[in-house]
Amino acid sequence: MATLADPAVTAGAPRRRRSPLLHFIGRLFREKPLGAAGAVVFILFLFCGIFADVLAPHGMNQIAPLKRLRPPSLEFPFGTDNLGRDMLSRCLFGAQLSVIIGFCGAGLATIVSTFIGIVSGYLGGRFDLVLQRFVDAWMSFPTLIVLIVVVSVVGPGMPQIILTLGLLFGIGGSRIIRSAVVSVRENMYVHAAQSTGASTFRVLWRHILPNVLPPVIVLFTTNVGGVILAESGLAFLGLGVPPPAPTWGGLLSGSGRTYMLQGPWLALAPGLCLTIVVYATNMFGDALRDLLDPRMRGSR
Amino acid sequence: MQAYIVRRLLALIPTLFFASVIVFVTVRMIPGDVIDLMLSQNDIAAAKMGREQLEKALGFDTPMWIQYGKWIGGILLHGDFGTSLWQNTPVGEYLRARLPITFELGLMALVVGLLVAIPIGVYSAMRQDTAGDYVARSFSILMLAVPSFWLGTMVMVFPSIWWGWSPEMKFVPFTENPLQNLSQMIIPAIILGCSLSAITMRLTRTMMLEVLRQDYIRTAWAKGLGEKLVVSRHALRNALIPVVTLIGLQAPLLIGGAVIMEQIFVIPGMGLLLLDAVSQRDYPVITGVFLIVGVAVMCINLVVDLSYGLLDPKVRYR
Repeated sequence: MATLADPAVTAGAPRRRRSPLLHFIGRLFREKPLGAAGAVVFILFLFCGIFADVLAPHGMNQIAPLKRLRPPSLEFPFGTDNLGRDMLSRCLFGAQLSVIIGFCGAGLATIVSTFIGIVSGYLGGRFDLVLQRFVDAWMSFPTLIVLIVVVSVVGPGMPQIILTLGLLFGIGGSRIIRSAVVSVRENMYVHAAQSTGASTFRVLWRHILPNVLPPVIVLFTTNVGGVILAESGLAFLGLGVPPPAPTWGGLLSGSGRTYMLQGPWLALAPGLCLTIVVYATNMFGDALRDLLDPRMRGSR
Repeated sequence: MQAYIVRRLLALIPTLFFASVIVFVTVRMIPGDVIDLMLSQNDIAAAKMGREQLEKALGFDTPMWIQYGKWIGGILLHGDFGTSLWQNTPVGEYLRARLPITFELGLMALVVGLLVAIPIGVYSAMRQDTAGDYVARSFSILMLAVPSFWLGTMVMVFPSIWWGWSPEMKFVPFTENPLQNLSQMIIPAIILGCSLSAITMRLTRTMMLEVLRQDYIRTAWAKGLGEKLVVSRHALRNALIPVVTLIGLQAPLLIGGAVIMEQIFVIPGMGLLLLDAVSQRDYPVITGVFLIVGVAVMCINLVVDLSYGLLDPKVRYR
């Protein structure tokens, strides 16, 4: 029978199928141009963060007393601060800190959310009820207030801030994963796996987790922007990564703020960086949500 | 309705319990070396207070569960939040003085936010996919990304450079001079309100678009009612119900934002109290502010839930 196969089919068979990732990127650019632009800015931000040491024309704390408070020029595109430090370089190193905090914090948050969401949503019952009251209580505290209190206890520093932000965003975001799990749990294939005697762990790992991955990916992207914004708020209050580390929030506070009347460009660059990156991340996250997870469309 | 309120209040008890445990445990995590730091750093109290006294003042000298019982008992039975470590003033007194100021700022920001968000959201939905709609939506997405502390900083810097004008820095209480107080609070309230309005605007637009496609709206149009009446009486009332929920969800954001605004505009509310307490490591004050903020958010959410019945006659509490 094979010899009688339609030549059109045999000709079509060896045609290479595009990889799913390429196909997805194509869809992103075609259907969500603004989201694609966000993705480009997001990748650019990642690039700047990773290669800050190479890209920055000056050192992050290189002081030049003779060139203090210079307005933006060709030599110093973002101007210099009160110690003659190049603002462009400081903003680039700020991007590096934001990348580290944003990705580690959001990564941790996503892991925490997924773990709590899957366990609570799948097991249900009394365990779920009690755990959800705990999540309720946790969510009634404003992010910034919890951060301030925790930093006051454990002291400012990158690991503490990442850990706190990760837990904070993670517990709050677990609601989204939980609701996805609750709907996946009722699928036929889950019941089938249960009835063949699969262990709870196997059901969670092989059947539930792969099917809630779209909201997990979306949650990660939105978390990156949220974590960066929360950290910058904390740094602005002087409780972030301690100086002279040039976090974007930190650049807008402290000595930067004292000299802003003489050098208004000091107030512009870090704020613009922050706004553009968070804006791009939001756009990218929204586009991902619309493409990956139709259920969550317009939920924010 | 009464049974619902009772049930809702009962459900609040475990949440409140967890909240108090979170507050208690967080502050109890203070490592021992912080006490050494407190003793060495702040000469004022260290001179008068030994390590044992300090541990006693922080309540570290008894087992954890007894500490918790004493602490929560004091608050529930006598409204006693403890005493500030440096000032020897009851924490409750601070809270009573500062809470109304933050509440005023939050309320003003909320009003500004709604005044911006609802009309623009409605307009955006009525004129879907027009230039005005795009401008409104871009504005709302932008406001989601602009950090309010940056806006606040810009307001402090640029008007002063361009026009030599800067906001008043000496705080005047509302009871002393209401007009001056309001004029002082309005700028931070506008900044905070604008950043809150972004999400509300998007939700108002989405809900209006959904409601405008309903049959009863078509009926209202078919009856020959004017646009104003259709929007205000038929569409908006139904579209606003989820928006009210959102207000409850935004309460933590509002309070968090208020902390930053208080810091920039030197408004002596709860946020500034917390920041001062953090810089002095005044743990009883930190615990008090932390707990009050959490409880306030829960109460706001309760009020929001209960207000559904008034807004939506379809909602019946059972």
